[in-house]
Amino acid sequence: MQQFIRGVIRKHFVSSYLANEHDAAVLPIETGAIAFTTDTYVVRPLFFPGGDIGKLAVFGTINDLAMVGAIPQYLSVGMILEEGFSIETVNCVVDSIQKATIECGVEVVTGDTKVVERGKGDGIFLNTAGVGIIKHRLAIEPASLVEGDALIVSGDLGRHGIAVMAAREGLEFETTIQSDCAPLAAMVQDLLKYGIHLHCLRDLTRGGLASALNEIAISAQCSIVVEEERIPIQSEVRGACEMLGIDPLYIANEGRMIAFVPQAQALRAAEVMQKHEVGRGASWIGKVVGTDIKGSNGHVAIKSRVGILRTLDFLSGDQLPRIC
Amino acid sequence: MVLKFVDEYRDGKLANQYAEKIANLATRPWKIMEICGGQTHSIVKYGIDQLLSPLVTLIHGPGCPVCVTPQSIIDLAIQLASTPGVIFCSFGDMLRVPGSSKDLLTAKAEGAQVRMVYSPLDALQLACDNPDRQVVFFAVGFETTAPANAMAVYQAKKQGIHNFSLLVSQVLVPPGVESILSASYHSPHESIHGLLAPGHVCTIVGYREYENLSCKYKIPIVVTGFEPADILQGIAMCIAQLEQGRAVTENQYTRAVNRKGNQQAKAIIAEIFEVVPQVWRGLGRIPASGLKLSLAYRAWDAEYRFSLRAESEEVKSECISGSILQGVKKPYECSEFGRNCYPEHPLGAPMVSSEGACAAYYHYRRGSQKE
Repeated sequence: MQQFIRGVIRKHFVSSYLANEHDAAVLPIETGAIAFTTDTYVVRPLFFPGGDIGKLAVFGTINDLAMVGAIPQYLSVGMILEEGFSIETVNCVVDSIQKATIECGVEVVTGDTKVVERGKGDGIFLNTAGVGIIKHRLAIEPASLVEGDALIVSGDLGRHGIAVMAAREGLEFETTIQSDCAPLAAMVQDLLKYGIHLHCLRDLTRGGLASALNEIAISAQCSIVVEEERIPIQSEVRGACEMLGIDPLYIANEGRMIAFVPQAQALRAAEVMQKHEVGRGASWIGKVVGTDIKGSNGHVAIKSRVGILRTLDFLSGDQLPRIC
Repeated sequence: MVLKFVDEYRDGKLANQYAEKIANLATRPWKIMEICGGQTHSIVKYGIDQLLSPLVTLIHGPGCPVCVTPQSIIDLAIQLASTPGVIFCSFGDMLRVPGSSKDLLTAKAEGAQVRMVYSPLDALQLACDNPDRQVVFFAVGFETTAPANAMAVYQAKKQGIHNFSLLVSQVLVPPGVESILSASYHSPHESIHGLLAPGHVCTIVGYREYENLSCKYKIPIVVTGFEPADILQGIAMCIAQLEQGRAVTENQYTRAVNRKGNQQAKAIIAEIFEVVPQVWRGLGRIPASGLKLSLAYRAWDAEYRFSLRAESEEVKSECISGSILQGVKKPYECSEFGRNCYPEHPLGAPMVSSEGACAAYYHYRRGSQKE
């Protein structure tokens, strides 16, 4: 096992903290606050157009740190392998983790690997935890929303979910849809640098835009309205969704976020986002129309293309493709 | 980023022009039933009913295949899925439909072999790949799913694949519509003045059968698509006929439908299936309204292969799906709606499928002023 860890896994990571080979990494810390988060990653297939489980495991945790405005610093990587899982594939996954950490400027400082009996796992499961430093003084959280806040989405929606579904189910479309899997931390730091008063950020992973908005509306006890026509979605993704009978607003993204900012800064914020590759498609899609509404438990509405407002609800269960 | 054949029919300006046209045409109250659940979904999602003149009321019809599949068939599906050696395949939206004690997803969680597939041919492939297992596909739906299901059986016979079968619950739209029209015809209080016929079903079978219904029940029928501009244009065509005192079948969805339908699709349905009486959930038994595998293909019929017998349909439920599917009641007029019945805990099928009227109202109208 020791040989496997050194030969296959450790060789990918350059870190003075790892080199100590001690039970725990001892990390220097600046004064102020740290952000700390963890997430576990399972995906089938492990490799899909635009990404793989290794990239997901790094970017996912980085993005969670970014959503509180933290600068990501350190990661842990936990790996559960199923007996008989190919070493070459482990190599590819670990290589991808390593490249993703370099892209994000973070270090893997500790890790763990376990092997479970054949049939007791699904090839490979990853867990990453991340630590980031917070240098701003904002409270980036749902409670900071105020009436009139502008809602900005960082780019087109639905590509990750459709890319994975197409790869898993062998669905062939005219063009290959690439996952949007990408790190958001640098873009968030830039927003802070340009003095944007970020009221709340949320990455649009499982459940997509609609679920994120509903979660925030409930936490903040506010009403949010979005305009369907302004929500960017690639025509390939829309075509695939039409065929499968699923709604792109509920599909997972792995490199997209929403930002609530003061209305006066909305255009500036969108411009800053558009300077980044991951924010190229940033659009102002809606606003907070009321907070502390009596008797309201939080409500999200969408203005349809024909100009009528309707509820944009939570999804119940998973989206299931329709019969006809 | 224009999506051809979709975006031009979702254009807000065009939709509002049709709505204005309808308002100018209508001089008295008219009730129009859209038959297909896909149309209901669009109407509630885009708020098309709220664009309409107050003189025009839309009534949501029975055209959701998930909603009308009898509970007894779901029970058979669960029984089959729980049989050792069987892999049970289904389209996604059948998995959450409640049987008498549970749904297929619960059965799966308890260890039954349930697979979600996108096409009956995927299930056939699964049978090829697993020769030691029995693969059963849940053949549910209207005329739209019948050709692909027929093709799977045709291929199974041709390729000599004997570990594949269909659990069939296919329904035919015109007899179902006729049963509602005949009830409406004899009851002046609940009368329906015009119909929007289901565009996709007519893509397969054409609309000659609807012409007979127009004639027999003196009712305008417009074969209609699914986008906002389609539906509003269909309603406008219907209202124009009503105001002029005409009652014929017309075709709004010309980009997909012709009068005779798809000859090849109809031929394979006729080759594989025969017309039988069928139980519709909430509506009861309707003569000549379903399909079963014909004698020559009986070996691929799961009910025959596994000697299954559906229990007689005795639905003990607080669900008023019968009234919902006939358009007699709106979902929010049900005392259980949103209280004891919601998508995670459906009392009946109209709350399960995204095409079910109850689910559409729950998702898109809850919390808004005009339920």
